[in-house]
Amino acid sequence: MNPTVSTGRLAWPVLAVVVLLAALAPLIVEDFFLNVILTKALWLGVAAASLIFLAAYGGMVSLAQVGLYGVAGMTYANLVLADGGSAAAWNPWLALIGALVVATLVGLGFGWIAARSEGIYFLMITLAFSVLVFYFFSQVTTLSGFGGVNNVQLPGLLGSPEEDPLPRYFVTLVVAVGVFLLLSGLSRTAFGLGLQGVRDEPARMRALGFDVTLHRTLAFGIAAFIAGVAGVLSVWYNRRITPGSINLAQTIDILIIAVIGGLYRLEGAWVGALAYALIDNYSREWVPEVGSVLGPARFNTLIGVVFLVIVLLSPGGIVGIWDGVRASLRERRPSIRGGGASVEGT
Amino acid sequence: MTTRDPKRIAGLAVAAIVVGFLVVKAAGDLRQFVVVTLNGATLAALYFVVASGFTLIFGLMRVVNMAHGSLYLLGGYLALELQEAWFEDDTGLGLSLSGTSETEYGLAGWLIPLLVATLLIGLLGVAIQQVFLRWNQGQDLRQALITIALSVIIGDQMLARYGGISQDIATPASWPTSVLLPGDVRFGFFRGAIVLGSALLIGLALWLIIKRTRFGKIVRAGVDDRDMVSALGINVNLVFAGAFFLGAMLAGFGGVLGGTMLSLAPGQDTAFLLNSLIVVIIGGMGSLGGAAIGAIALGLVDAYADVYLTFGGTDLTNYSIIVTFALLVGVLAVRPLGLFGRPA
Repeated sequence: MNPTVSTGRLAWPVLAVVVLLAALAPLIVEDFFLNVILTKALWLGVAAASLIFLAAYGGMVSLAQVGLYGVAGMTYANLVLADGGSAAAWNPWLALIGALVVATLVGLGFGWIAARSEGIYFLMITLAFSVLVFYFFSQVTTLSGFGGVNNVQLPGLLGSPEEDPLPRYFVTLVVAVGVFLLLSGLSRTAFGLGLQGVRDEPARMRALGFDVTLHRTLAFGIAAFIAGVAGVLSVWYNRRITPGSINLAQTIDILIIAVIGGLYRLEGAWVGALAYALIDNYSREWVPEVGSVLGPARFNTLIGVVFLVIVLLSPGGIVGIWDGVRASLRERRPSIRGGGASVEGT
Repeated sequence: MTTRDPKRIAGLAVAAIVVGFLVVKAAGDLRQFVVVTLNGATLAALYFVVASGFTLIFGLMRVVNMAHGSLYLLGGYLALELQEAWFEDDTGLGLSLSGTSETEYGLAGWLIPLLVATLLIGLLGVAIQQVFLRWNQGQDLRQALITIALSVIIGDQMLARYGGISQDIATPASWPTSVLLPGDVRFGFFRGAIVLGSALLIGLALWLIIKRTRFGKIVRAGVDDRDMVSALGINVNLVFAGAFFLGAMLAGFGGVLGGTMLSLAPGQDTAFLLNSLIVVIIGGMGSLGGAAIGAIALGLVDAYADVYLTFGGTDLTNYSIIVTFALLVGVLAVRPLGLFGRPA
């Protein structure tokens, strides 16, 4: 894979247009689309963004993000009033803070262990962490209830999404934009630049006096915080959390979203999440029934094939395809003037 | 290396506490202790068979085969399907859904599905390597992503074909269910004799292959320096295909053993991917001896934690997964590359 990370300035006009469109979306689309596609894509994007942040700027492809968001989601669901789980009934905002603190601390612990390994080792260790979190919540039914934790209380700000999905949509939108600005801003700070140095040349950074492991661990903690945000958003969205919703399949789904969108561009998280939510919801209508191999019930096969094709053909994901198209357009102009210079499309 | 001494002391202290704890528990009920230990050993044997394939592939090619768990489960399902299709004597052919525990199978009814399924999984492994991984050699992340995609597809197809109900492969009727060991301990024959025995045989065979054959020599050289091996004029592609064949076969073979000893159900692919990961992370990637040590550690920890995590009246066996986690973290904290791991 070729990490072509954008460290350039934010494309403010583009961001403004996208956010404006998203804010106006409720006027155009139906409630169903708003809930099932847009709101879902926004929080899935936050989860994928925590993965992409680590991959793009830290060179660490972490599969622990779903484990961490599960920790946050379970903590939140246990702390507030809900059916199943512990009997605590905190104020939802306090529970939110509690969930984020727990997720960040667990993330720092995971990061401390995993940050000393690199590349594919890191991937495997974080995958093991994520699956262990899943097994932990499957086993410990005092925390996860027997059928998950249901009817989780939401903060008053969200109202009751069943009747009016708008408040929840806007809260999710604001959080997603905040996460995007935070992470892309962070990449331009001294810490973010140091992290990219650690990614490219760990030995040189060490020689310059950087504590490489600490840098990686802190980045992992930040990503864990973001994953925690996604976890709480997911509970707000589903109003429940079960061990089954944080299993390996979900871990892979978040990875798929990140890869489909583009593993090396932050905005790819939401592009991938939107594509995923659209495929998830509408594929059942147009996918042909081919025996028992393919059909409406075989969503995982479809998304697996899409994932496979993206990995095989465009390592940069959808954002990578877009960049490639733009680059070849830009190259074409001088090549016309020069005459004969070949244009290489990838 | 002064920083290592406190770690070593801490490690020894933890080991001493664990051993002491086990001695106290064993003194309470010795017979139970023997059974639990045997359970752990047979689990370890199964983990070793599966994880040795995983570590073999990684050691030579630096390919993390995330579809290894899927190959394990598919191997089991294939053997089950073959057993029911070829060896079911009476007219129950149309109804493969019902768990036909009534039907009795001869020795061939278990062995032939085992061999065919193992071979088929080996061939599937070669196909995966040749079609998807061969031209991505060296891009380890991309290869991992490809095998993840394949595991998603294979897992979903298995769900479609074999359903979500837990099934198991029948043992030959001529085999006893359990045997009486000295000290009046009853233990399952299949677990104790077949699984443990075949793991030992496989370990020995792998050791001989790696140490004594030309293929093994190339594999060992390849683990140390792949580029040099190919520069010496050895057909690396053929060796890679061979290693993938062997590694996938081990997953398939493990699947048949596991499908007979435990069960076949969706989710077992995840479980055995995790087990293989933990075994090789503990033991050190690419090391066969490490896989053996890692499998023994994981198997025993699993078995002991499932039974002995009771303190007085409080039953903490629900939290047994934390002990597995602690094992992983403990090893990684002291040796980030695993017990026998060497930097790539």
